[in-house]
Amino acid sequence: MKSSPLPMNNQNTSVFEKIILRKDVRFADRVFFWITRLIALLLVGLLVSMGLFLLNASSLAIRSSGIVSFVSTSVWDPVKEVYGALPVVYGTLVSSVLSLIIAFPLSIGIALFVNELAPAAIGRIVGFLVEMLAAIPSVIYGLWGVFVLVPFLREYLQPWLISKLGFFPLFEGPAYGVGLFSAGLILSLMIIPTISSISREVFAAIPRGQREAALALGATRWEMMKLSVLESSKAGMFGAMMLGLGRALGETMAVTMVIGNRAQIVASLFAPAQTMSSVIANEYAEATSDLHLSSLALVGLILFVVTFVTSSLARLLVWRVTRSQRKLK
Amino acid sequence: MSKLRQTWFGLLFALSSKTLLSASILINGAGATFPYPLYSKWFSDYSLVAPDTQINYQSIGSGGGIRQFTDRTVDFGATDSPMTDEQLKKLGEPVLHIPTAIGSVVLSFNLPGERDLKLTPELISAIFMGEVKKWDDPRIIKINPGLKAKTDIVVVHRSDGSGTTGVFTDYLSKVSPAWKERVGAGTSVNWPAGLGGKGNEGVAGLIKQTPASIGYVEFIYAKTNQLAVAQIKNSQGEFVEPSLKALTNAALAELSKMPTDFRTSITNASGKGSYPISSYTYLLIRQTMSVDAKGPALVRFLKWAMHEGQTKASALEYAPLPPALVKKIETAIDSITIGK
Repeated sequence: MKSSPLPMNNQNTSVFEKIILRKDVRFADRVFFWITRLIALLLVGLLVSMGLFLLNASSLAIRSSGIVSFVSTSVWDPVKEVYGALPVVYGTLVSSVLSLIIAFPLSIGIALFVNELAPAAIGRIVGFLVEMLAAIPSVIYGLWGVFVLVPFLREYLQPWLISKLGFFPLFEGPAYGVGLFSAGLILSLMIIPTISSISREVFAAIPRGQREAALALGATRWEMMKLSVLESSKAGMFGAMMLGLGRALGETMAVTMVIGNRAQIVASLFAPAQTMSSVIANEYAEATSDLHLSSLALVGLILFVVTFVTSSLARLLVWRVTRSQRKLK
Repeated sequence: MSKLRQTWFGLLFALSSKTLLSASILINGAGATFPYPLYSKWFSDYSLVAPDTQINYQSIGSGGGIRQFTDRTVDFGATDSPMTDEQLKKLGEPVLHIPTAIGSVVLSFNLPGERDLKLTPELISAIFMGEVKKWDDPRIIKINPGLKAKTDIVVVHRSDGSGTTGVFTDYLSKVSPAWKERVGAGTSVNWPAGLGGKGNEGVAGLIKQTPASIGYVEFIYAKTNQLAVAQIKNSQGEFVEPSLKALTNAALAELSKMPTDFRTSITNASGKGSYPISSYTYLLIRQTMSVDAKGPALVRFLKWAMHEGQTKASALEYAPLPPALVKKIETAIDSITIGK
């Protein structure tokens, strides 16, 4: 708005009032204002209509079993028309959380390296390359997973983990290669660009003086990063993590290709599982019964609400942090 | 000079009228992925025979095909398993199931060094229910004495709903009461064991990569991926390898039981030399078609598919329809009426 040609003398009236009420505003400006406003509102309307569409499509499933029993029962049997979403909810949560556990420390490390440690030129290159990871289509991740990651896990990593840690239920065999573990690994690669670039933004918002103050007090480089960078960007890093989570929850193609697609709840990370998005992608095309379609839509609705809530929470946190720190500057 | 100009004009005129004509009739269809290689060959070949007709086909799956056909968003549908009585009721108008070819589902396995495997219906059901867990299970060794593998069996199935799964589970429900009781038949089922791969290519890929695995795919996917294929014991007690001949045998053996609306299953077929896991694939055509040019054009295409079309099937690993059946289908095609 700073570059707008409008007179901005009175801080109390909104831009809206200025444009609409004042007579000296040019016609073209008004038209432009209304067009952009319409486009923005259209998108909001689209979001709402998506939610309503899912609600409408899933009404049969909601009526027949109720949301609570839908997400708390674990049999998914299209032949007998019994639908319980617990295993796919479980698969989604476990694969996403697993990917966060792997991706979060790595991303923070990347962000610290690029922003605080690396010489500017190298930092730019590394930052650019990490962000390029986000541009790779997910089906490519999936193919890479199927042909490189999964065979490696099956032949080397998983047998080794099973032989060392197999007594622990999380690492029980057999080693199929595909399963929750591979899905978590692939997802972590896919969300690293998101988390690291948001974290970099959050770090960059911290005033330079804060770092210099720490160094002046005799802090080492690591102490400086800990005290003045990490300490004050906790909320922002949490927001970055939630945005990564939002991406991981909804990812479909790559996960479907490596997770083994089996709706079950097993303690072992090496067991095949199924996620909410992959069950929709798998079964929608061939679903013919109304209840089956409606149940798939209900899974979609739950996924929609969960990702919407996590993403908006994350945005809110990141926004608040960067705003308050910009003010400090 | 004037002659040359005339030829030019003539040519231009011919070209322009041809392009105008070629866009005149556009027929839309959607459905089964299983016959898609055959259908796309058919539609492209047919556009040369009848340049005024263009047929669009989207292979979105049998279920989607039935849905869109019911919603009247497409002119014809395609499905691997015939519509159920319930679906027909929902459709609310007479429909013809036109068989177009015969396809099969094969059991592919990955046992290093082994190309031969014999399986009985009981064994297949037990393996896919997770009851037979190891390759050296006495029940497997009994009919495959030379088998050296001792590892755990990795079962691979389709994760997406599919006509292939429909045919396979229909077969298992026929031959195994335990399977029928516990799992049943359908395009998506609640699998008791194994890993899921998306699409025939997903299952073939998993089998190819995972030692000691076994799974089911359409015949052509086993061929193109050079997967070993099991011989299956048919209802006559013979171990039969999948082949076009064995598919035709299955169709011929069940031909006398073919109902007049062609809605039938030929899994576990009787008769010598029949491969037991095979199925017709169908086009769904409205009994009364639209008055505009689409109806007659579709009828012309169907007739073409029953003759020239059939000769193109075997190159793509689909068995052509038995001639006796083609006659019956033609009678059905003739019964199609145009207009309300």
